[in-house]
Amino acid sequence: MSPVKVVSCSCPKPKLYGAQNRAFSIQHSAFNIEEGCKASPVFRRPPIASPLSVPQQQALTFSLSLSPGKGCQSSINLWLAPSPILLLLLPLLSLVTPISISSQGALSSFHSYSQSVAPIVAVRFKNGSIKCVATPPAQQTTEAYTTKVSRNANMGKLQAGYLFPEIARRRAAHMVKYPDAKVISLGIGDTTEPIPEVITSAMAERAHGLSTLGGYSGYGAEQGEKPLRAAIASTFYEGLGIEEGDIFVSDGAKCDIARLQMLFGSHVTMAVQDPSYPAYVDSSVIMGQTGVYQKDGEKYGKIEYMRCSPENGFFPDLSAVGWAEIIFFCSPNNPTGAAATREQLTKLVQFAKENGSIIVYDSAYAMYISDDSPRSIFEIPGAKEVESSGMNPWLAEGEAFSSWSPMFSVAIETSSFSKYAGFTGVRLGWTVVPKELLFSDGFPVAKDFNRIVCTCFNGASNISQAGGLACLSPEGLKAMKQVIGFYKENTDIIVDTFKSLGFNVYGGTNAPYVWVHFPGRSSWDVFSEILEKTHVVTTPGSGFGPGGEGFVRVSAFGHRENILEACRRFKQLYK
Amino acid sequence: MEHANKYPHARLIRLGVGDTTQPIPQVISSAMAELVENAMQAMRKAIAETFYKNMDITSNEIFVSDGAQCDISRVQMLFGSNVSVAVQDPSFPAYVDSSVIIGQAGNYDEKKCKYKKIVYMSCGSSDNNFFPDLSKVPRTDVIFFCSPNNPTGHAASKAELERLVDFARHNGSIIVYDSAYASYISDHSCPKSIFEVPGAKEVAIEVSSFSKLAGFTGVRLGWTVVPKELSYSNGFPVIHDYNRIVCTCFNGASNIAQAGGLACLSPQGYKALRSTISYYMDNAKILVDTFTSLRLNVYGGKNAPYLWVHFPGSKSWDIFNEILDKTHILTVPGRGFGYGGEEFIRVSAFASREAIFEASARLKKHFHDIGYRYLLRR
Repeated sequence: MSPVKVVSCSCPKPKLYGAQNRAFSIQHSAFNIEEGCKASPVFRRPPIASPLSVPQQQALTFSLSLSPGKGCQSSINLWLAPSPILLLLLPLLSLVTPISISSQGALSSFHSYSQSVAPIVAVRFKNGSIKCVATPPAQQTTEAYTTKVSRNANMGKLQAGYLFPEIARRRAAHMVKYPDAKVISLGIGDTTEPIPEVITSAMAERAHGLSTLGGYSGYGAEQGEKPLRAAIASTFYEGLGIEEGDIFVSDGAKCDIARLQMLFGSHVTMAVQDPSYPAYVDSSVIMGQTGVYQKDGEKYGKIEYMRCSPENGFFPDLSAVGWAEIIFFCSPNNPTGAAATREQLTKLVQFAKENGSIIVYDSAYAMYISDDSPRSIFEIPGAKEVESSGMNPWLAEGEAFSSWSPMFSVAIETSSFSKYAGFTGVRLGWTVVPKELLFSDGFPVAKDFNRIVCTCFNGASNISQAGGLACLSPEGLKAMKQVIGFYKENTDIIVDTFKSLGFNVYGGTNAPYVWVHFPGRSSWDVFSEILEKTHVVTTPGSGFGPGGEGFVRVSAFGHRENILEACRRFKQLYK
Repeated sequence: MEHANKYPHARLIRLGVGDTTQPIPQVISSAMAELVENAMQAMRKAIAETFYKNMDITSNEIFVSDGAQCDISRVQMLFGSNVSVAVQDPSFPAYVDSSVIIGQAGNYDEKKCKYKKIVYMSCGSSDNNFFPDLSKVPRTDVIFFCSPNNPTGHAASKAELERLVDFARHNGSIIVYDSAYASYISDHSCPKSIFEVPGAKEVAIEVSSFSKLAGFTGVRLGWTVVPKELSYSNGFPVIHDYNRIVCTCFNGASNIAQAGGLACLSPQGYKALRSTISYYMDNAKILVDTFTSLRLNVYGGKNAPYLWVHFPGSKSWDIFNEILDKTHILTVPGRGFGYGGEEFIRVSAFASREAIFEASARLKKHFHDIGYRYLLRR
């Protein structure tokens, strides 16, 4: 017997002027119902039957039960039948403007298949009726065809959707619920300020150039255009012994993280900060490196979670960390905002060396550092150790190791233009894999990473790369620093606000994130409370791992007036 | 390049790597210069309307990407290491290589020049009319199929694709259909999408690209269609997992590239693209005539920008070297696409007209007797 699909639809509050407590008559009209599909509405909140009476300000929530069929589209029309007195006032009724939810966001609301939540395709409110159109996923009946391909078990281990689309969904649902509210997004860390002119004009020029014979370029080197690689090396790694050849330009750090996971394969284990940017853990699960999710600890098996909390200054107690081949480390940290000190990173390098591990160092926020914290893992000197050159069978004749710094034998660094240049949509980043970094059999990691990049990737967009080159010109750097400075000012405003309200606040000095402590409270509850009461979107700390419970991340990307308004609202809520 | 060192004054003509050469029409590059708002949703809709009209594919089922090669790896991550795969032989190397990387392929068999766990479907020659004999193909979970084909240039007919879909349905397999060259089809009886075949939505994913359609090889834009009907054996929708991969391991194609893509699919843009495609196909015709005049058997070149030239009894690397040495023309040895590519050379039609004429002249001059050489060997 096939399961019944249930879809929930929450319709916007109608705003009607006039008398309180009018009657609503609910008329269910189903259309486009395909053979065998039955739709019967069950009203959840408030629990009512038709006809019903709903207090004016109440939002209406109902569930739609869809029994199996070939495919089902059902529409429920809720006709607001005003009381007789109001019938005369009909022309004065104020109607909420039509809203529709993007179907992309809705599609990704498949949560767990067993819960059978169907996506809401559109919500429209016009002509006095609220219409929720729900399309359930392909129903499983005795006639429905399935392939004989087993689902990748690793995908089944993932608990829910990726964190940020979930935040986007909640934001969208909130905007439907409060169509007049001015929702301010300090949740997803997406930049808001325009890209400096010097950078966009370089991209426009490159785009136009593509229409000329002289300016047209096809496939580029998968590792990136030489001038850009050289500019990255000289801008960020001057004097650190990293050369153009060690740089792999990409379409962003998140994509690089997945490629690094493909590089390492499924037989490695990883250590990750707790809390941390969700892509490290999620990509590890997808690659098959982890065990199953353990609900009690809220952790995946086989991952070493390195707790970072106020108690340890947001740097893990390495003596308590078990062995793992790969150590993901992000500094300045997303979400806590903590920037590791030189001393701390030296300990980390030492730890990696002792264990023969590889550090994957995420420096996407390095340009937000205000103090003298290291901006690159390659700033850390290692112990005196020299690899013999020319004796490695994997190297071609003439290739040799640099004896510069054995730091190169433990780390990969990944970074991005996203938060520096507002390139979150343009897509550009890079990964540094030093030639000296070797697998246990002596094979250079860079050779394999190059193979991955050539086989599983085809280079970053040439237009984005032109933009990247302009970013690293003197004028471009100056402009980027200005935008970064602007976001840092936003961060200061948010930090001051929460401090003035008596909260313990972390981060914010070296990163565009503020990590606010709500001791003893569930972070999703705080997220919901802030969203519901101030219409500000934040990110609940537990979305970043169990170590994030009790915290909320507030991002500082926003127009100044929105930041100020958000802070006003925080002060109102928590005074 | 070694050749450049050996022949410093030779003007090398590249008909090797299938990289587009003609500039992008202005209407498209201008659009990229002025970023279009909400390009992304509009992009998916435009793709659905342009390429999947009347095939009941909605914008929700389209995932815009930075190119087919990247999507193939994402599809491999989706399936994981425990699935079995079949590829055409010869085929675009990314299918096999990504399969090896993800752990599906098993060890390499030096003698057979094949990976032990991959099923290779022979379709590189006229012996099988460039379409595999499916009655000889064992069941695999995934079947990679490219049409029009890189490298052979063969565009599968409707009947052939119906057999493929039937085969997949019968075996409960998933076809990963690469339609990157669909816009080059001139024989309109050949399907441009697998979804033209009834029942394909329950057995196929389609991967495609703007690279060869619009000269976007450097701009980076493509898409993958995952129908909502496509399910795993337990009924779980494949699209749900693919969406998760795309959210976790990717962050979208460049917004600028997407604006360009949208302009490509505008009436003016699309017209301009077709003009460039015609240009390349006229190049292909010239090359086909050239090789034919040398009494060689030439395949492809009609529904794809690749010629598949047969040199019976030869080693394709030897032919590649001979052509390079004698005429300074770069091609690709068929062996590079798999064991089934031996004896063949792939010649691409992506070049300026002048280069094509020059290449033809050189080939005619140096190989006027080549056809006879291979005629005798047959």
